[in-house]
Amino acid sequence: MRDVAVIGVGITKWGEIWKQSLRDIYVETALLALEDAGVDRVDSMYVGSMSPGLFVGQEHIGALLSDYLGQKHIPAVRVESACASGGVAVRMGFMEVASGISDAVLVSGIEKMTDVGGDEATYALGSAADQEYEGYHGLTFPGLYALIARAHMEKYGTTREQLAMVAVKNHKNGANNPNAQFPFEVTVEQVINSVKVADPLNILDCSPITDGAAAVVLVPAEKAREMKKPVIKIVGSGFATDSFALAQRKEITWLEATYLAGQRAYGMAGKKPEDLDLLEVHDCFTIAEICVTEALGVVEKGRGGAAVEAGETALEGRIPVNTSGGLKSKGHPVGATGVAQVMEVVKQLRGEAGKRQVKDPRVGMTQNMGGSGASTVCHIFEREA
Amino acid sequence: MSTPSRYWREIPQRYRKEANRCAPCDLIYFPPRLICPECGNRALEKTVLAEKGSLMTYTIIRVPPSQFKDQAPYAVGIVEMDDGVKLTGQVVDCEFDKMHTGMRLQMEFRKMYDVGHSGIICYGYKFVPEY
Ligand SMILES: [Zn+2]
Repeated sequence: MRDVAVIGVGITKWGEIWKQSLRDIYVETALLALEDAGVDRVDSMYVGSMSPGLFVGQEHIGALLSDYLGQKHIPAVRVESACASGGVAVRMGFMEVASGISDAVLVSGIEKMTDVGGDEATYALGSAADQEYEGYHGLTFPGLYALIARAHMEKYGTTREQLAMVAVKNHKNGANNPNAQFPFEVTVEQVINSVKVADPLNILDCSPITDGAAAVVLVPAEKAREMKKPVIKIVGSGFATDSFALAQRKEITWLEATYLAGQRAYGMAGKKPEDLDLLEVHDCFTIAEICVTEALGVVEKGRGGAAVEAGETALEGRIPVNTSGGLKSKGHPVGATGVAQVMEVVKQLRGEAGKRQVKDPRVGMTQNMGGSGASTVCHIFEREA
Repeated sequence: MSTPSRYWREIPQRYRKEANRCAPCDLIYFPPRLICPECGNRALEKTVLAEKGSLMTYTIIRVPPSQFKDQAPYAVGIVEMDDGVKLTGQVVDCEFDKMHTGMRLQMEFRKMYDVGHSGIICYGYKFVPEY
């Protein structure tokens, strides 16, 4: 296997993008990544996208987007793993460059979610859960994580305030991210008093509906050195799945797929949780970040809520989590999220994260999760000295 | 709109609680599976779910999918049945502030919603306080 580096990253402003279509958002974002990489032609493309079919009635977007990007004739395919689509696309690109099949791969993620109304968006997102045995009973996505939240609160004493503190922390980071959908701060009181969605979760515990894309360019590390680019290597990649329905997991509060994907990434990289300088994790709901930090071993099992309260995961804390603002503040265009996480870690490792810059980080990790946790993909990145 | 066949196929589970069991693992699967994910056994035997269990966790859905609009707010929980199977389902006929984890529940056959994607009335199990 060859060492693989990320040499280009691109993102545009996320939010409700009425004026642009899926293909236009994609092209604008992908061009930024190609420009940043200093590359104008790639060998292949992977596009992470959960459900262009349900959101804009368009499948087959690999060919569509390579055509509109002016990269006609290259291999181009959409990768789907619900909300983990983007992270899995990164893994596909990583494997393709590492194997020697391609020398430059454009990996992007995109979702155009506001071309349908709220009911249709809820339906599309619901298709990531078990339609016959979860959706059939009226269970929604916030509902699934609410079931995890109540179980975590009763088992470990996690408080309603601690859940809110995840949103407060991530919005504080996101306020310094110009691409974020909601770049403003919120208070614990605002979160707890916001509209109830699925008890104990309120609307400010939930990531929003977002249009947006993110893109990265992967090349052999050798080529990045030749091009005199900052060499940010992908040193670990781990991917795992778990029982599809939440009820069938051995422990409702434990994300086994995240644990396994993390272990696989740590194993490949030869790293431990203590080696990480920052993480971008899948905070689709506040409780998710708490459970993820536990499963990745950066905090002790059951202490996820207490760690947020103690400021351990804050920007200036022991291990900063979601410096970008996370899904919560930055937005969650489902398929784009996993790629945008990679972009944030690369920006941090290059020292280009502006006001939200962590002091001199060397190693960062991403964790991108699908459904109620049945799929998780993790990557570990390291800046070459 | 999909054909009613998708609904019809699930009737043995939803109406009659048909499940299956891996004897070597002593585990019951619902919905029934062709292969035991724990040991790979393909000779699973038919069984029927227990009717009673305890509430493990629950939520009150206040922003429902469109076909559940006239029912909201409603409670959905995960119930551990007395045979060890864990099921997702609505908890009804109980005030929200009287609901608590560990409470005893039993299954009842109820209407789920009026018109699903196949244009028919959909039925299945819900949970009510044990009586
Ligand atoms: Zn078995």
